[in-house]
Amino acid sequence: MNMVEKKLSNDFYIESPLPPKRTRMQEFQRHFGQNRLAILGLFIFILFFCCAVTGLFLTSGSRPIFDPAMVRLQEKLRPPLAKPNLDSLQPQEVPALGVYLMGTDDLGRDVFARMLQGAWVSLTVGFVAVGISVLIGIFMGGIAGYFGQHHIRTDHILFTLALILGTGLVIVNYTFIGIVIILLCLAYIFYSCLARHESTEKETPVLKAVLHSNAVSVDTLIMRIVDIMLCFPSFFLILTVVALLPASIYNIMIVIGLTSWMGTTRFVRAEFLSLREQDFVAAAKALGLSNFRIIFRHIMPNAIAPVLVSATIGIASAILTEAGLSFLGFGVPPPHATWGNILSNGKNFIFDAPWLTFIPGVAILIVVLSFNLFGEGLRDVMNPKLRERH
Amino acid sequence: MTHDRPLLCVENLKVYFQSNGARAHAVDGISFEVREKETVCIVGESGCGKTVSALSILGLIPTPPGEIVDGQIIFSGQNLINLDEKAMQKIRGNHISMVFQEPLTSLNPVFTIGDQIGEAVRTHQQIDTEALFQYCVQLLNDVGIPSPKQRINDYPHQLSGGQRQRVMIAMALACDPDLIIADEPTTALDVTVQAQILALLRSIQKKRSMSVLYISHDLGVVSAIADRIYVMYAGIMVEQGNTDQIFRSARHPYTQGLLASLPSPSKRGKRLHSIPGTVPNPAYKPKGCPFHPRCRQKILSCQQEYPGMCDYGEGHLARCPVLFKPKGYPG
Amino acid sequence: MLSFIGRSVVQKTITLFFVSIVSFLIIHLAPGSPSQVDPMNPKFTPEMVERFQKEFHLDKPLYIQYIYFYQDLFTGKTVSWKDNQSVLKKIWERFLNSLPLFVVGTLITWTLSFPVGIRSAIFRGGIYDRSATFISYVLISIPGFFFAYVLIIFVVTYFHVPVIGMETFGIGDAPATYLFMDRIWHLVLPSMLGATGGIAVLSRYVRSQMLEVEGQDYIRTARAKGLPAEQVHYKHALRNALLPFVTMFGLILPGLIGGSVIIESIFSWPGMGRMAYEAVLARDYPIILTVNFVSAVLVLAGTFISDLLYLVVDPRIRL
Repeated sequence: MNMVEKKLSNDFYIESPLPPKRTRMQEFQRHFGQNRLAILGLFIFILFFCCAVTGLFLTSGSRPIFDPAMVRLQEKLRPPLAKPNLDSLQPQEVPALGVYLMGTDDLGRDVFARMLQGAWVSLTVGFVAVGISVLIGIFMGGIAGYFGQHHIRTDHILFTLALILGTGLVIVNYTFIGIVIILLCLAYIFYSCLARHESTEKETPVLKAVLHSNAVSVDTLIMRIVDIMLCFPSFFLILTVVALLPASIYNIMIVIGLTSWMGTTRFVRAEFLSLREQDFVAAAKALGLSNFRIIFRHIMPNAIAPVLVSATIGIASAILTEAGLSFLGFGVPPPHATWGNILSNGKNFIFDAPWLTFIPGVAILIVVLSFNLFGEGLRDVMNPKLRERH
Repeated sequence: MTHDRPLLCVENLKVYFQSNGARAHAVDGISFEVREKETVCIVGESGCGKTVSALSILGLIPTPPGEIVDGQIIFSGQNLINLDEKAMQKIRGNHISMVFQEPLTSLNPVFTIGDQIGEAVRTHQQIDTEALFQYCVQLLNDVGIPSPKQRINDYPHQLSGGQRQRVMIAMALACDPDLIIADEPTTALDVTVQAQILALLRSIQKKRSMSVLYISHDLGVVSAIADRIYVMYAGIMVEQGNTDQIFRSARHPYTQGLLASLPSPSKRGKRLHSIPGTVPNPAYKPKGCPFHPRCRQKILSCQQEYPGMCDYGEGHLARCPVLFKPKGYPG
Repeated sequence: MLSFIGRSVVQKTITLFFVSIVSFLIIHLAPGSPSQVDPMNPKFTPEMVERFQKEFHLDKPLYIQYIYFYQDLFTGKTVSWKDNQSVLKKIWERFLNSLPLFVVGTLITWTLSFPVGIRSAIFRGGIYDRSATFISYVLISIPGFFFAYVLIIFVVTYFHVPVIGMETFGIGDAPATYLFMDRIWHLVLPSMLGATGGIAVLSRYVRSQMLEVEGQDYIRTARAKGLPAEQVHYKHALRNALLPFVTMFGLILPGLIGGSVIIESIFSWPGMGRMAYEAVLARDYPIILTVNFVSAVLVLAGTFISDLLYLVVDPRIRL
């Protein structure tokens, strides 16, 4: 007995059983695995991605396997799964699968080929537009959140305005005055950069004091810009700009991207504001790390989760917006197919050829739904507070 | 102080929680009783299942994930576990009421304190508006809120922490309950305010002659008010007895550890004792005695066998057969 | 309080000023020009183009055009370039057409989403909650124009009711009840479509707010008092969960003017959205700019109203 007790007191800290250790990734997988809708969303999304990529290869090139622009007037409005009438077609006009998988439209074009072509449009519009908006959002939100308390001096604002004015004047052909203004601004900025090191004068002149006074903080400035952007009715703004610009898919991507970054900015700013006050950032600062390193190594990984979620849902809404624009006849110029313009063409035959409405409509619905489900699933998994309550 | 009729009697209560795929045994077979006009304290570290026991008396365990698996809660002859929601509502606030830990978040921010106190009364009694107002003012006066006539229309955020806790107590008193469960009512407060609230609770209990079940992690507070003490660890009762027995002659190593870590004038200048390790995760408790990984006096059998309750006489029980051989314990 | 209002008004005026500049620049710096002043348009002789340009001040530098435009706007003299009608009068007429759509749509949205969201939150995880969640995802994801056609096919084939336009063409001397029913039928479909997205988003939001509040300590206190479940949910929880929605009353204001371009053009509804769409097609700058300006004013007024409402409702905020 005595021996036993002695032995026990030697290895005093008997480990009490601990819950099995899990890495963050395993936790993530476990929680995500429980959300069946989110898995379904991810699955559909991967399927859609593959379709769009293969679709791009199968429908492009000089002699595509599925030609979305091939017009066969004698074969118009054939229902899905209809066999082509081989007598009336040239050999190269026969569809590659030997059947119109999704029917033909009013010009006898193969809807399946057009859907494949449109999938790529939807995919790229979604990703590029959201990519642009997320980049702008992270940039603006990061600056507002991290450097927000810095002030912009009055002279900086004045001379930035003057620079813009000068450039504007040059554009509208007042070249001489414009160039003079630009040069003046550059000279002043050059001068102020030099003069910064020798500010030993005791009395600052009034003018200089006014110029050097703090006008607004960076945070205020950026948030006001966000407010201004939020004043525009977004779909109408996109519509206006797309209508005024020459029709091209890139314009649509850029315009959607440029008009949808405000939400991300607010998110990122809020995250940065709260993370900046955390102790690990203070510790990083105390170690003398550069701002750049603190932002990208320490803050960004913690702030990225909500951005990813909103980006996923943003892709869904960008695809919807693009489809809406195509439906109204803006955007990608014909004969290039998008899901929106297939549906838009099909609406004229809604009672005779309902598949022209239903196939692209259901396709958009499923793809957008998959993004939304996936995004919401991500949100649930990444937000432990929400998870507990389910 | 002998109040022999038990008012509340909890027997072998087991409350389990389903979380993250594991089953947490938050309360794992506890028994205790509260007699009439008595102050009973349940003491234990955070996470040992005190609050869960208190909530399960009122049937406020969130289900799911929580579930009362076994046991009974007898309150004046009724088993509360078998009662349906309607009958339970008649008990809550009327016969048993509760004071919570966080007075700030426990009061609804969008209603005035008068509304919230009056609501408790109106739920259980027929009373007209004027009388209700008078009664609420009286209650606020009783719990020591200055100029209650003005304060009755205040919102919770306009009061200080101590005053909010007084309001919570007034709310608990509203229907003259037989038992008040106070779940760490002073933890969130300053030390001076703590003393005031404790004094208030004591005087009210004397005046209204009701029972109090006081839940705390602070032995210092407990020594000031308790008639009897239950010490809880990892979901079980490890020791019970009256205040004297617990403070003078604790029989369980955990209780002894708690007492040793209490600061007192005699320990001035010395390093305070601390119990090594932490409370085990309720889903992954060690085999045998749950305290054995942290216990200095453990023997081999502590790792294997769940210790039984040992009687030390006069109601003093401890769940440790090792330290002191109780009367009639084999071995 | 007064200082808050004052500060708010000043700030919003400044924002509005910048909005007016930005929208003006977007329109005028975009490549191309309105067809009336386009030298390439064969319908107009160079003299006419020059006359138009002079009339619309298009020969002046941009900042002078800006001043002219907003001077006209504030004195109510702006005219459409297409048909020389007063823009404000035109907008007002179209606004009156859009108003019933908006009102019915908002009513449908708010009366449906609250019961659905609250019920979902109370019975979370149950079959009702799950199906409501899935349906709202579908409603968020469905393209409005596609849904419109599905509904049109459905209504036309099963009820044999014409739904396009504001009323059936050429039934002027039918009995009053028939006319009334006709208007209702034409109104229901587009306003329901306008409401779908709103219902889905709002009910999800109501649900998450309710869930948030149901987890709070004061809900436990309310239950510990012995209150019946309905009183706990519908008094203590709902009252707190409603706070953020009070602010949304202000935010629905911009919906007044945005309308829905797509739905109005599908249903040939002569409302604001359709007018804006036609103005964009015709490059009718005054209408585009005015619609933009008015909607910016509504957005700012909406946020202002919601801030004020929040002050009134939440006892914790005092200035």
